[in-house]
Amino acid sequence: MVSERKVRILVAKPGLDGHDRGAKVVARVLRDAGFEVIYTGLHQAPEQIVATAVQEDVDVIGLSILSGTHMLVFPRILELLRAQGAEHIAVIGGGTMLPKEMRELKAMGVAELWGVDSSTQDIVTWIRQHFKAEQRRG
Amino acid sequence: MFDPKQLDAIRRALQAWERTELAAFHARRPERRKSFTTLSGREIKGLYTPADLERFDYADKLGFPGQYPFTRGPYPTMYRAQPWTMRQIAGFGTAAATNARFKFLIAQGQTGLSVDFDMPTLMGYDSDDPRALGEVGREGVAVDTLADLEELFAGIDPGSISVSMTINPTAWILLAMYVALAEKRGIPLEQLSGTIQNDIIKEFTAQKEWIYPVKPSLRIVRDSIVYSVRHLPHYNPVNVSGYHIREAGSTAVQEAAFTLAAGLAYVEEVGKTGLDVDAFAPRLSFYFISHSDFFEEIAKFRAARRVWAKIMKERFGAKKPESMRLRFHCQTAGSSLTAVQPLNNVIRTAYQAMAAVLGGCQSLHTNGMDEALAIPSEGAMKLALRTQQILLEETGVAHSIDPLGGSYLVEALTDQTEREIWAYLERIDAMGGTVAALERNFFQQEIADSAYSYQVAKERGEKTVVGVNMFREEEPEEPAIPLHSVDPRTEKTQKDRLARVKRERDSARVRKLLDELKEVARTEENLMPITIECVRAYATEGEIVNALKEIFGRYHEPIVF
Repeated sequence: MVSERKVRILVAKPGLDGHDRGAKVVARVLRDAGFEVIYTGLHQAPEQIVATAVQEDVDVIGLSILSGTHMLVFPRILELLRAQGAEHIAVIGGGTMLPKEMRELKAMGVAELWGVDSSTQDIVTWIRQHFKAEQRRG
Repeated sequence: MFDPKQLDAIRRALQAWERTELAAFHARRPERRKSFTTLSGREIKGLYTPADLERFDYADKLGFPGQYPFTRGPYPTMYRAQPWTMRQIAGFGTAAATNARFKFLIAQGQTGLSVDFDMPTLMGYDSDDPRALGEVGREGVAVDTLADLEELFAGIDPGSISVSMTINPTAWILLAMYVALAEKRGIPLEQLSGTIQNDIIKEFTAQKEWIYPVKPSLRIVRDSIVYSVRHLPHYNPVNVSGYHIREAGSTAVQEAAFTLAAGLAYVEEVGKTGLDVDAFAPRLSFYFISHSDFFEEIAKFRAARRVWAKIMKERFGAKKPESMRLRFHCQTAGSSLTAVQPLNNVIRTAYQAMAAVLGGCQSLHTNGMDEALAIPSEGAMKLALRTQQILLEETGVAHSIDPLGGSYLVEALTDQTEREIWAYLERIDAMGGTVAALERNFFQQEIADSAYSYQVAKERGEKTVVGVNMFREEEPEEPAIPLHSVDPRTEKTQKDRLARVKRERDSARVRKLLDELKEVARTEENLMPITIECVRAYATEGEIVNALKEIFGRYHEPIVF
């Protein structure tokens, strides 16, 4: 039997904002759920995040943004991924954002978003389902 | 408080009550939970009696307000003479936009000002730095040069209103700007009152705004405290903060213990200059959160005052009572607010504000109901301020000092909190002190563990949040309250302004002063006077920060989760 490759996730904190409680809790929950988790640490430029994602060959980038810059950062990450031919990497995220903004970001290509009151288990469930579906398709 | 005979009688009566009435009631109607715990997970009993205060000595544990160990409050009259300062933080966009919000808040009866800076200002990047892209004026006001501070306080007299500035790794530059502003406007420095946060230790442990490595960062704090003590007798040059530690996920006890640990590290650091402890300790101030667990918070405030008094007296040999009395600013808990059913946040904030006042805070910020969604709107800030005004003027809770003093629950919980704080302080000492513990990631790991445990408890339903894991509702498509929107012109306006300041100043002089700054940084001389020279010549914040990066290097955070 071929051993199944673990889903690899890059948890990233873009920009200057230091509110990393959510990013760290989510990173730990995802690790406990059996995923392979890489956490970038703080103050990452979009270019650094995408470079790390490509280099580490991750399946998912999870961005945590509480600074109000989500409408700039998410599109920039998507654009950089496309430029690198890495649009297969799913971009997800969480933080302080309005429902309207979440809809706009998803229309641009962000795979899924969670607001500040979300359950971390919803993220785990989403990733599992997403990759099950991928495998069926693959 | 009770003589042993009396206590024995109470204990016997209590046991009898438990066997009879209580047992019979339990049989008919079990309690609705297996255990009742505080927000931090400590178990709370159903009833507290004198039996819980066995060795309770009034004079030793409480004393009187304004007297050692200050459990009941730092001042003898508390709110009867001077209500707490109602200090709503504000900052967004350009200096002109925030200046208008300040004037609005003053017109609404606010009694102190508090400035929130944008991320680039907090982190030492100018508005035209590529790292600042998208963040200029977004979460706070953008300040690049003295010209911005001049505009921020246009028509406001820093000599007559106290001003708090929430800024850390770049605090000394903002303090220098504030001094330069006062000098330019002819305001004697003795008249300046207010606070600069300037607490770098909790940046490494919790809020994560840092630039330089730990040791030079502490030196900057030390220099600003020493300067301030000499020249600004009514100014608080550091605001040792637990708020961010708690928001990052700590428990109530960790918040208090880690904050006091930071406080004593500053006392040690400033002590190294040879300054007598009583010369500067009275100017140290603190900042705690007021979270949602009412009694746990009140006990925390009271215990923190008692522990600090003992530290200052016994460990540092302070002689002046002012050196031993802990004064604190308080803010309600941002992380307790929910994006769903945002009006509920008004109620949460009101209860938290009441806990802060019953715990004896000196100034208070009440959060806006919209803060889980956006920067607070003017309307949300006004309602938050009204919440404080109603508390002071209508509820009567501020009439009597420490009105919960003597409550069996509150005293037992205060004692327990004190013991738990000491236990942490002993562990920190055993590691070699606060800085050593910081360098070993002790605080970071403790906070991350607590944040994780809380999240797990919340998701298991052990911690309830109304509207989130209980009493959920179908949410409307868009929030039902008006929200603050970011002015898209801010970044360009600010960059243009900065370019103009740079054109109009004497840049050769700025370069010369920055070289002098670097020279001073290489010695042990105080950095404040030369920094004041730099800002007076309109050196930018980013230029000053970058000059010192050449000397001090940068901090690299170890990753802990």
